[in-house]
Amino acid sequence: MAIDIGQFVQTFFEESFEGLDVMEAGLLALEPGATTDLEKINTIFRAAHSIKGGSGTFGFKNVTDFTHLMETLLDGMREGRLGVTGEAVNVLLGSVDCLREMLVAARENIPVEPEQIQALQGRLARLLKKEAAEAEAAPNKPAAPVEPPPAARTTGWRIRFKPHLQLMHSGNDPVRMFRELAALGPLTARPDSARLPRLAELQPEDCYLSWELELLAEVARDAVDDVFAWVEGDCELSVEPLTAESATEKTVKPAAEPLVVAPAAPKTSEEGRQGELLLERRKGEDRRRGDRRVNVAASDSASIRVGIDKVDAVINLVGELITTQSMLSALGEDFDMGRLDKLHEALDQLDRNTRDLQEHVMRIRMLPVSSVFSRFPRMVHDVSAKLGKQVELRINGEQTELDKTVIEKIGDPLVHLIRNSLDHGLEPPEERLRAGKPETGVISLDAYHKSGSIFIEVGDDGRGLNRDALLRKGLEEGLLKPGEDYSDEQIYELIFHPGLSTAKQLSDVSGRGVGMDVVRSNIQDVGGSIQIASQPGRGTRITISLPLTLAILDGQLVSVGGDCYIIPLLSIIESVQIKAGAVNRVAGKGEVFRFRGQPLPILRLYELFGTEGAVSDLEKGLLVVVEADGRQIGLFVDDLEGQQQVSIKSLEKNFRRVSGVAGATILGDGRVGLILDISGLIRVNNVAL
Amino acid sequence: MDVRKTELATLGSRGLLKREATAEGLQYLTFSLAGEEYGVDILKVQEIRGWAPVTKVPNAPAFVRGVMNLRGAIVPVIDLRLRFNLESVEYTKTTVVIVVTVQSASGSRIIGTVVDGVSDVLNLNVADIQPAPDFGTAVHTEFISGLVTVEAGMVMLLDVDRLLSVEEMFALESVRPMEAHAAAA
Repeated sequence: MAIDIGQFVQTFFEESFEGLDVMEAGLLALEPGATTDLEKINTIFRAAHSIKGGSGTFGFKNVTDFTHLMETLLDGMREGRLGVTGEAVNVLLGSVDCLREMLVAARENIPVEPEQIQALQGRLARLLKKEAAEAEAAPNKPAAPVEPPPAARTTGWRIRFKPHLQLMHSGNDPVRMFRELAALGPLTARPDSARLPRLAELQPEDCYLSWELELLAEVARDAVDDVFAWVEGDCELSVEPLTAESATEKTVKPAAEPLVVAPAAPKTSEEGRQGELLLERRKGEDRRRGDRRVNVAASDSASIRVGIDKVDAVINLVGELITTQSMLSALGEDFDMGRLDKLHEALDQLDRNTRDLQEHVMRIRMLPVSSVFSRFPRMVHDVSAKLGKQVELRINGEQTELDKTVIEKIGDPLVHLIRNSLDHGLEPPEERLRAGKPETGVISLDAYHKSGSIFIEVGDDGRGLNRDALLRKGLEEGLLKPGEDYSDEQIYELIFHPGLSTAKQLSDVSGRGVGMDVVRSNIQDVGGSIQIASQPGRGTRITISLPLTLAILDGQLVSVGGDCYIIPLLSIIESVQIKAGAVNRVAGKGEVFRFRGQPLPILRLYELFGTEGAVSDLEKGLLVVVEADGRQIGLFVDDLEGQQQVSIKSLEKNFRRVSGVAGATILGDGRVGLILDISGLIRVNNVAL
Repeated sequence: MDVRKTELATLGSRGLLKREATAEGLQYLTFSLAGEEYGVDILKVQEIRGWAPVTKVPNAPAFVRGVMNLRGAIVPVIDLRLRFNLESVEYTKTTVVIVVTVQSASGSRIIGTVVDGVSDVLNLNVADIQPAPDFGTAVHTEFISGLVTVEAGMVMLLDVDRLLSVEEMFALESVRPMEAHAAAA
């Protein structure tokens, strides 16, 4: 029963990348100089250790070696032999990045650039040397009381390792452990096969051998203990220092049967590994296998982890659906009009079941935004250091859930917004002090759920947008007309205009690559909108609103000259009949309706879409008041039809993007209905006015 | 859904829809358009449907009649007469939509084309195909991959990948109506 180990590689990568995230978060939480928080370091250490173990199993030697160095350094920190300095944390953070690249390279099967790895390995090694030097300088450091006094300096370790029979059941493998030991120095291993039963009684998954090992290397005892850290309780273990004397004695005396490490019980170890892998596979679910096809080019987001409760909820609902179905088919078998009530009841139930099921299936695709937010602490840490600013990042609501597709699309825009806040928004410490603000600037990142949409806010307490500079720039570029009054929103809107920058100089951090126009178009691509609020000297707050899901929306059907269009229900404020005399033409251009005392621009859909045969008399049709991006507009339609949930289909797949149209859907009668893109329509109308 | 199965049935009964293509043998579905015969590679053809009203798409060129629902997919429908700048006619009972799969830079797309009627399936050898004559700039022949002479006359073989490339079709549009509207209003 040969198992293709390759099918688990994907799992290894996924888990390793998660592990790296854990390490990164842990490292950022470490406060240099403060008393070492053991639990934090342990978390980082465990993550590193898993990566090391996994990479060893799959044969990514460079990853194993690299992680090993990191582990040694972390171990030094854990033991208190090495201080948690800013430098050490930075080197480790750099190493996490490097490791990530190495793993990506391993996954994509592309070569890695050795320079960076070597440079980091060098830095790690230097830190370790410093540690050694420190240890020698202060031999009686209280932090390491278990260390034998340096006088009895050991030349190696003698390890008696007698595993319990079920050692390999827990997924441990002596061969791997020995390999790790061998990485520390020359290792000889002598197996003791006394426990080995007759072949007929031999259980292939049990470990019958025990070993006596000799490690001829001047390593700390912890390094040896680490190797056995995961089998504690599963074995009898004794580790004794090998003094120079005893070592020589050993070397003189011909060893009884020195065995090289590699061939140690290959059969049993293979079996043990299989057991481990089977276990993992059960955990990893079979979906991974299905994903592998698409995964050959491997993107890191081809699978999602779904909480078992979500899956259970769907299974429950499917059960209910089946009950309803059997109820209906029983009704259908001999139906008479007397049972009409029952039929209606069953149909209502079916309706409820399908809606519930749809909602829960959608929920499977939902991920917490923390998967995007988690990269920001690191980014803020790096960028603020580069800019010489002191920044505190406050994250709220990271458990808010969003559709996976949306999550993937908002990462880059958020990076851009936060970089902007860091670079342009927050002032340098001196300037902040002069302005009477605390030295440390605050960037806040909030996610919350409100009335069917998800809101993400990026705020800072910096200098705010420079209204005058924007106004000047807008006039220069001819985007604004001189002599007219503009609201703050209209002026802030200018920052989304491509090619308009008020930054005096471009910096390394922002001002390159994507601009705010790209940010906005990315957000609009996923059906979201973006708004800015800013107060000079107080800060800027950018609010992104996103739809909960991309696949389904509640729509209001409207008719325009025989065609049916769908307006997303969420953007509708209300629908009104137009009274004669309430409409004015502004400067002979756009029509404006006085709506609750406010002027509301009217957009005649039939004109925009070139529809023939539509109602053109304003009093005979209806005005649907819609809102997007904080602005309102009245869409003039013939009539309202029903409301219905529609599944959004792409026009682009076979055709192309159509301005003013967000997508299409199949209506109840099989025809295609177009879904209006409200914020697109408002923009078009704004250009027109 | 009035897919006109009759045509397919007749074609089938004549044994014409059987894929008998040999190594160098090609099969082309021919259709009539304004009195001329055209052919498309049968491997590009997904299905043939009767004309049914479609949903108009705003701001599209006139030859895009709209979009239709093809078993849940949104498929644009293009009137080939208008695409070739021919006079448009009332759609009749024989007006059909040939649904073809088009390869483009951005992947494959499904597009419906309205033609006057389906005629036949031609079995051809590569050697039968003559290159399209060069008419200079007076006639656009870039969509025609070749000509074939049959008993009844001439059949123009269309390169649907080029003819129905969305990029190509919209390159023709210098001003998009929506922006024109915006500018005018």
